[in-house]
Amino acid sequence: MAEPLVFHFDVDGSDFTSAGQASVQIKKSLRQLGLPSEIIRRVSIAMYEGEINMVIHANGGVADVIVTEDCVEIILKDQGPGIENVEQAMQEGFSTATSTIHSLGFGAGMGLPNMKRYSDTMEIDTVVGVGTTITMKIFLNQ
Amino acid sequence: MTVSGLLEHGFREVVLSDGDREIDGCYMGDLLSWVMGRAQADNAWITIMSNLNVVAVASLADTACVILTEGVELPDDVRAAAEMRDVNVLSTDLPSYDAAVLLSTLI
Repeated sequence: MAEPLVFHFDVDGSDFTSAGQASVQIKKSLRQLGLPSEIIRRVSIAMYEGEINMVIHANGGVADVIVTEDCVEIILKDQGPGIENVEQAMQEGFSTATSTIHSLGFGAGMGLPNMKRYSDTMEIDTVVGVGTTITMKIFLNQ
Repeated sequence: MTVSGLLEHGFREVVLSDGDREIDGCYMGDLLSWVMGRAQADNAWITIMSNLNVVAVASLADTACVILTEGVELPDDVRAAAEMRDVNVLSTDLPSYDAAVLLSTLI
């Protein structure tokens, strides 16, 4: 593919139970492109965790996925509260989610660690009170 | 062992989208991000969770099937979502541990 393929999604922050629609759509699209199943699995899980985070913490946001010949790039942008202490947020088990979120099976403090686990590079650009942008890359030739 | 094969060993069919799918290992857990972080593709996923997010996680993590234990039932809207996304769901009255022990003798 010469030109990058760009997918854009608005992530609805009001409906937690239906969160994941963008990730499911990306999974379908990447399958249609014929990408390896393990790459698709990594991209869709990393993106789903990001989507869930945007719904839990930031009342939604936007997600862009850019597919080039050698990389899938996921850019998640929200205008939520920002992350006060990124190092702490990256620790497995650290969570600020509510008990309602816990009862649904989330809030285990594994979201950001999973995003890092399944991506090759991850950058977090966050400003408290302004929002957070997370950029993840998954390389196709590794 | 295929997903359909489990039906001959006491597991009940809830949603069978691809019964021929082979099961390779098992992951047991109810915290969804743990499942996404640790379960392998083609695992049977044993859980007591039955909300809509379970369908998304099973689909994205590419597990072979979800096995609901302890007699947990799937709400109608979740069943419909599982059918739409081709997610296999079985159930059993066994506790999760006993279901995993039985599964280990079969796969």
